[in-house]
Amino acid sequence: MAARLRWRKFVSNLMLTMTGVCAFVSVAVLFFILGYLLFNGGTSINWAFFTQLPKPVGEAGGGMANAIVGSAKLLLAASLFGVPIGFLGGVYLAEFSGSAVASVVRYAADLLNGVPSIVIGIFAYSLVVLPFKHFSTLAGAFALGLMMIPITLRSTEEFLNGVPRMLREGAMALGASKWKTIASVIVPAAYRGILTAILLALARVAGETAPLLFTAFGNRFWSQGWGQPTASLPVMIFTYAVSPYEDWHRQAWAAGLVLLGLILIINIVARTILSRGIAVPR
Amino acid sequence: MKRLTGALLALLVVGVLAWAAQNPLLINGAGATFPYPIYSKWFDVYHGKNPSIQFNYQSVGSGAGIKQVTEGTVDFGATDGPMNDEQMKAFQDKRKTSILHFPTVLGAAVPTYNVPGVSGALNFTPEALAGIFLGKITKWNDPAIAGPNKGVNLPANDIVVVHRSDGSGTTYIWTDYLSKVSDEWKGKVSRATSVNWPVGLGGKGNEGVTGLIKQTPNAIGYVELIYAAQNNIPYGSVKNSAGTFVKADLASVSAAAAGAAKEMPDDFRVSITNAPGKTAYPISSFTWLLIPAKIDDTGKRDAIKGFLKWMLSDGQGNAEALSYAKLPKEVVQKEEKAISNIQ
Amino acid sequence: MAGSRSFLSRLRDGDEIARLITLVFAASVVLITILLVYELWINSALPRQKFGLHFFVTQVWDPVMDEYGALPFVYGTLVTSAVALLLAVPLGIGAAIFLAELAPPRVSDALQFFIDLLAAVPSVIYGLLGVFIVVPMMRTVIFPALNKPFGYLPIFKGPSYGVGFFTAGIVLAIMVIPYIISVSREVLLSVPGDQREAALAVGSTRWESTWKVVVPFAKTGIMGSIFLALARALGETMAVTMVIGNTPKIAASLFAPGYSIAAVIANEFTEATGDLYLQSLIALGLVLFLLTFILNGLARLLILVTTQKGSGVSN
Repeated sequence: MAARLRWRKFVSNLMLTMTGVCAFVSVAVLFFILGYLLFNGGTSINWAFFTQLPKPVGEAGGGMANAIVGSAKLLLAASLFGVPIGFLGGVYLAEFSGSAVASVVRYAADLLNGVPSIVIGIFAYSLVVLPFKHFSTLAGAFALGLMMIPITLRSTEEFLNGVPRMLREGAMALGASKWKTIASVIVPAAYRGILTAILLALARVAGETAPLLFTAFGNRFWSQGWGQPTASLPVMIFTYAVSPYEDWHRQAWAAGLVLLGLILIINIVARTILSRGIAVPR
Repeated sequence: MKRLTGALLALLVVGVLAWAAQNPLLINGAGATFPYPIYSKWFDVYHGKNPSIQFNYQSVGSGAGIKQVTEGTVDFGATDGPMNDEQMKAFQDKRKTSILHFPTVLGAAVPTYNVPGVSGALNFTPEALAGIFLGKITKWNDPAIAGPNKGVNLPANDIVVVHRSDGSGTTYIWTDYLSKVSDEWKGKVSRATSVNWPVGLGGKGNEGVTGLIKQTPNAIGYVELIYAAQNNIPYGSVKNSAGTFVKADLASVSAAAAGAAKEMPDDFRVSITNAPGKTAYPISSFTWLLIPAKIDDTGKRDAIKGFLKWMLSDGQGNAEALSYAKLPKEVVQKEEKAISNIQ
Repeated sequence: MAGSRSFLSRLRDGDEIARLITLVFAASVVLITILLVYELWINSALPRQKFGLHFFVTQVWDPVMDEYGALPFVYGTLVTSAVALLLAVPLGIGAAIFLAELAPPRVSDALQFFIDLLAAVPSVIYGLLGVFIVVPMMRTVIFPALNKPFGYLPIFKGPSYGVGFFTAGIVLAIMVIPYIISVSREVLLSVPGDQREAALAVGSTRWESTWKVVVPFAKTGIMGSIFLALARALGETMAVTMVIGNTPKIAASLFAPGYSIAAVIANEFTEATGDLYLQSLIALGLVLFLLTFILNGLARLLILVTTQKGSGVSN
C-alpha cells in the first residue's frame, strides 16, 4: 500500500513538473521572439518612427506614423463590428437557445474561424470594395471584424455556461428577470474569460496582413477619414520585410515590436478598466 | 513606458492635425513589387514638388495591378510583364476605353547559386540554364555547366533548384527567356508569372529565394538584379545571343533595351529577353505603368500626365542610384509623344 | 420558453426583447457564413464545370496549361495541421494546467499576459523567424537527430532542405499554442474549488485530482480551445508559405517540401489573371471550407463519444 502511494506521489510530482516544463517552454519561446525583435529592430525605434511618414528607400529615417494610426483605427472599427456580434451571439447561445439552433450557430462560427485570412480578404473585397470601386479603412475593418466574431462568440458561450448554477438561481429567486440576471450577474461573473477571448481575438487580427491587402490596401500618406485606403503595421512589415534593403528590414522588425506594444497596451488598459466583477468562489 | 505613452499622445495629436489638414488629391496605383523602390522614391520626390498631389502606390503584384486597374478600384496599374491581348480586351470591355503601357525603368533577373568551393561568377549557357530548370541537368559538374567554366572546380553534387512560389514579374522574365532559348521549355512550361515548375523548391519573394539559396548547399535560383546587388549576393553571367558571357549590370541591361528601342511597337509592349547586341544582358525587361486612355477626373488626369512627363525627364535621374537601368533615349522620346494619348 | 401569451405582450417583457436581439446577432453569424460560402461557390463555377470531382484527386497545378487539382494542397494542409496540433496540444494543455493549478496567481497572471502577446505577433514575423531560425535548426539539428536512427521510416526519410511539412508544423504549433493555453487556463480556473477539494479529500494526489477530476470538468472548454487552434492552423497563410517549400507534391516524409491550400492562395491570388486560374484558387478556398466542416464534425463526434463514456460532467 505504501509503495503504491509512493508511486502515485512520484507520478504526481513528475507530471506536475512536466507541466511546469511545458509552461517554461512556451514562455521561453515568447521571450526569445521578443528578444529577437528587440535585437533586430530596437535600434530603429525612435521618435521619428512614431511621428514621421515612410520615406523611400535610401533615405535615412522616416517612420510609420500613418501605419500606427491606421492599425489603431482598423482595430477600433473591427472591434466595434465584431465584438458585439460575437458577444451577443454567444449570449444567445448560452442563455436563450435550444440545442439545435446552438449547434448550427456554433458550427458556423467554427467554419468561419477556419477560413484562411486571405479568403476573408477576398470576401470583404467583393462585398465592400468592388461595389464602391475603392479601397477603404472600413473595408479592412470589416474583414478583421469578421475574423474576430468566431473566437468572441464561442468563448462568450463557453464562459457564460461555466457560471455556477447557484448564481443564476440565486438571482432568479430574488425575482430578477432573465435579461437582468444575465446583464448584472452572469456576464460579470464570466467577464474574465470573455475579456480574455476578446483580447485574444484582437491580438490575432492585429497581426493579419492578407485580409488587408485588398481591403484597406495601403497608403504612403495619412488616410483621411474612414473611406480612404490606409497604411497598417502588418502590411508595412510585409512590404519592408520582403524588400532588398537592410534599413527597411530593420524597420520591419521595429514595426513588429510596436505592434506588440500596441496590443500590450490594449491588454493592460482593458484589464485594468474592467477589473471589477463578482468574485466567484474558487 | 513613459516614452511610449508620450509617443502615442503625440501621434494622436498629429493624427488629428493631419485629419484637419487640407485634402490633397489622392491617386491610387497598384502593381509590381519589382519597381516598388523606385516608384516610392519618385512619388515621394514628386509629392515634394507638388504637395497637393499624392500618388499612393502599393506593391501587390503585377497580376493584382492588372486586375485592380481593370476593375477601376485604382487609378493606374503597374506590371513587369505586359498585358496580353485577352487582358487588354477585358479592360476594353469593362471600362469602355483602352489601356496604355508606359515603360518606366529596366530590370533584370540573374542566376544566383550556392556551390561549395565556388566564390566567383559562373558562366551559364542558355542550354545549361534550361537544362537545370527542366530537371535534366542534375549535377553541378555536368559538362554543360563545366564547359564554359574551365578552371573552376565544380563538385559532383546534386543541384537543388529554387524558384519563386508567388506569382511574379521576375518569374515572367525568367520563363520568357527560357521559352525563347529552349523549345522544350516553351512546350512543357512556357512563360507566365506562375508556372508548373518541373523541379525545385518554391521561395516566397526574392527574400524567400535568397534565403533558401543561402542555406542550401548546391542550390541555384533567380532573383532580381537590384536584389542581388543590394545584398551582395554572388550571381553568374549568361551567354547572350551574340555569344558573349555577360554579367548583369546597368550598362548591359540598357544595352539590351537599346537594341529593342528601334523596333519598339507603338503600344510599348515588347519583350527584350535574349536581345541582340554584343554587350546586351539577355534576361532583361522593361517594367510598365498601366494608364487608362480616358480618365474622367480631369484633376487626376492632369496629375498623371504631369507625373509621366516628369518621370521621363528628371525622374530617370533617380534610377541608377537604386540599381535600375534608365530608359534609352529613343524610348523616352516615343513615350513623351504617347502621353498625349491620355484623354 | 415563452408560452401562450400574445407576441406583443411578450414583447413588452424585457426578456423577449433580449432574446430577439441576441437571436438576430447569432443568426447574423450563420448568415455571414452562408454568404461567404455562397460567394465562394459562385466564384468557382468554372473549375467545377471543367474538372468536376476530378479536382479533388488531380495532383497537377499548372497555371500555364490551365490545369488545376487540389490533392497536394489538401495533403499539405492536413499534414501540417496534424503536426502542429500534435506538438501544441500536449504542450499547451500542460502549460495551462501548470498556470491554472500550480503557479501562484500573480505569476500565473503575469505569464499569461506574455503568452497572450504571442498571439499578437504578426504572421509575417512568424514566417521570418521560421526562415531564420527554424529552417536552419531543422536542417542542422532536427533532421540528423531523427533521420540517423529512424531514417528507414517513410516519415523520416531525407533529404531535408530545411523547409517542409515538419518545419511548417513547428511554426504553426508556436502560433496556435497561445490559444490553447489561454482558453484552457481560463476554463480550468473556472472549475469550482470544491471539485478539487473533494478529490483531494478522498486521498488523491495533486496530479490525480487535476487530471482525473478538474480537467474532465473543463473538457468542453479545452476541446473548444483545440478547435480554435485547429482552425488557426488550417487557415494560416503567410507564415506557412515562408517555410513549407511551396512544392505542390505529395510526399510521405515530414522533411519533404510541400504546399498548403492557404499558402497557394496567398502566393498566387494577387498575380492570377485569367478566370479559370482565379476561380480555381477560389475553389481551393471552398475545399478548405469543406475540410474544416468535416474535421469539425469528426471532432464533435469524438467529444460526443468520449463524454458519454467518461466520468466528466457534461455541460
